[in-house]
Amino acid sequence: MSLVIKDLHASIEETPILKGLNLEIPKGEIHAIMGPNGSGKSTLSKVISGHDDYEVTSGSVTLDGEEILEKDVDERSRDGIFLAFQYPAEVPGVSNANFIRAALQARLPKGEELDAVAYYKNLYSKMDVLEMDRKFTARAVNEGFSGGEKKRNEILQMMMLDPKYCILDETDSGLDIDALKIVAKGVNAMRSPERGFLIITHYQRLLDYIEPDHVHVMSDGQIVKSGDKSLALELEEHGYDFLKEGELTNA
Amino acid sequence: MSPDTATVDRETQTAIDIDRTKGDFSFPENHKYDAGVGLTKNTVDYISDVKNDPDWVRAFRHKGLETFFDKPMPTHWATEDLENIDFDKIRYYLSDGQKPKRSWDDVPPEVLETFERLGVPEQERAFLAGVEAQYDSEAAYSNVKEELEKDGVIFVNSTEGLKEHEEIFRPWFGKVIPTGDNKFSALNSAVFSGGSFIYIPKGLKVKHPLQAYFRINSENFGQFERTLIIADEGAEVMYMEGCTAPKFETATLHSAVVELVAMKGAKIQYVTVQNWSSNVFNLVTKRGLAHEDAEVRWIDCNIGSRLTMKYPGVVMKGERARGEVISIALANSGQHQDTGAKMIHAANNTTSNVVSKSISVGEGRATYRGQVHIPKRLKGCKNNTECDALMINANSKTDTYPAITVRGNQHVTQHEASVSQVSEEMLFYMQQRGISEAAAMSLAVNGFINDLVSEFPMEYSVELKRLIELEMEGSVG
Repeated sequence: MSLVIKDLHASIEETPILKGLNLEIPKGEIHAIMGPNGSGKSTLSKVISGHDDYEVTSGSVTLDGEEILEKDVDERSRDGIFLAFQYPAEVPGVSNANFIRAALQARLPKGEELDAVAYYKNLYSKMDVLEMDRKFTARAVNEGFSGGEKKRNEILQMMMLDPKYCILDETDSGLDIDALKIVAKGVNAMRSPERGFLIITHYQRLLDYIEPDHVHVMSDGQIVKSGDKSLALELEEHGYDFLKEGELTNA
Repeated sequence: MSPDTATVDRETQTAIDIDRTKGDFSFPENHKYDAGVGLTKNTVDYISDVKNDPDWVRAFRHKGLETFFDKPMPTHWATEDLENIDFDKIRYYLSDGQKPKRSWDDVPPEVLETFERLGVPEQERAFLAGVEAQYDSEAAYSNVKEELEKDGVIFVNSTEGLKEHEEIFRPWFGKVIPTGDNKFSALNSAVFSGGSFIYIPKGLKVKHPLQAYFRINSENFGQFERTLIIADEGAEVMYMEGCTAPKFETATLHSAVVELVAMKGAKIQYVTVQNWSSNVFNLVTKRGLAHEDAEVRWIDCNIGSRLTMKYPGVVMKGERARGEVISIALANSGQHQDTGAKMIHAANNTTSNVVSKSISVGEGRATYRGQVHIPKRLKGCKNNTECDALMINANSKTDTYPAITVRGNQHVTQHEASVSQVSEEMLFYMQQRGISEAAAMSLAVNGFINDLVSEFPMEYSVELKRLIELEMEGSVG
């Protein structure tokens, strides 16, 4: 069981961004993708989740053996793909509690109502892990949230929706060290043999707290190097200059 | 938008449209009295004869008719769609000649079934202090809880009001909204029928709302109810009206006049939830008069209709009087919601508040027209006006025409307007959480109006939200 990306090509407004990307994320593993700005990391997350600004020109993405590229965004989500956004959108007037509830309700068969008592119990227990104030449930989704609150909210939603594959897009950006630790705590609490993670990050910092099984380097729309967690440390030390020199490309 | 914008838009349009099927049914006509098609002096006399009007009312109608003919269609500022109303093809009075019944058991079966399908008797049992149910031109049912009657509350139709309670009715009738206020108030004055007359005695605070339901059953028909509500000194009342009509091929006209009088320290809240089918021209004049320390609030939700023109107003005549208009308008394709508020400050230290939210979908058009008038001689007046528009897809149209006339410098006024969209980014975010496009749209719309929905009585706000959510979820996929 895994999320498999094969020879994926995708463009935005005719400009190719992903150029034959291959990646397999088996359940139970955490994969990190690192790479310089503009290498296509965020595009990858959007393409997997189905954003219609991007056109997939060839290749495939299969979730536990099933092709998902023809599916709508919401269907992919219900199939088990979760994207923690780098810049989560605001939804004015809709409370966090109602938003998450709507997302869970969308996963139930028609005519079945979410049990409100059990829902709140579950929500509060997850919020406790993330050290979130109860008042948070009544606030409108991401409206007026600080950067740290937004990211915590992403992790809360991820915990509530219990996805099969989690993609975290630059979740560490804009977080102070305390918030980073809390976010990592949430992710680590979700580590399971039943779940795969793809963590997109520019810096090694997050990986101090969420230990990856594999680290990949992305450049110009492809995975150019893969290794274990020591690769991240190496990148931290030497930067991405090797990409230009081609030193490590085939290591 | 995505390349297949057209598909998305159509889905969205259907998606956001609320459940109008609930009201989309009709029964065969069973009218003893029919004023026929077209409008002449004879039409007016026919109505007066059938209703056995006192002479002063007949004269009032004749003056109304003359004024209606004299006044031009206000297309110099309003939409030219008004020219499409064919006054010669409309029937102005239809009734079965029965008096309103005090028990649902006595109401004709098809009328009873109509109101049962609309949930009126059920709501009455659940939370209402009194109900009037109008079917075409006249009320079929009218009842108020016994204890209220003992307390001196009057809740009858306009015909009974002007005959049986002339001493209270006549001094205020046509005074808040003069016949010549506009072309449609004149039309209503000529052919009015039905609507409520309510009187709340001094100091009485009516705990549960009174409700009127206006139902159009017949084609080529115009409904012209006339409502007058008087809350005596220190009295309080909430009145709710609901309206529906089946969808006919031809245009239907609804042109009501509603006058509210809040005496010293009284409080009137008037709540409307209209869910007209898209062939209805809804041209309504509503105004309240607030005496010293009195408060008049209009809480208005306009869904459906081909064209709604409605600008509830409050004349703050006494010191420290307060006026408020809270309105939600939803304009889908083929619909134009032209709504707003009129706040006339006529005494010192009066306060008015206007909060208007409109949602335009597809080709739907929402217009806000506001008028705030504070003359120079006054001091200490305050107005706050907020109007927010939400656009769903690029074809929608929204315009705002605020007119704030403030003379003198001893007043505080504040005006804010915003236009926002359900952005692609917001939709993608919600869909990525597994919420369908339709449900996401519904959430966004509910979020937009959320703070106003809570102003509606619980029973109505729940219904409002449920209708919007259900319909949107059910219509896609």
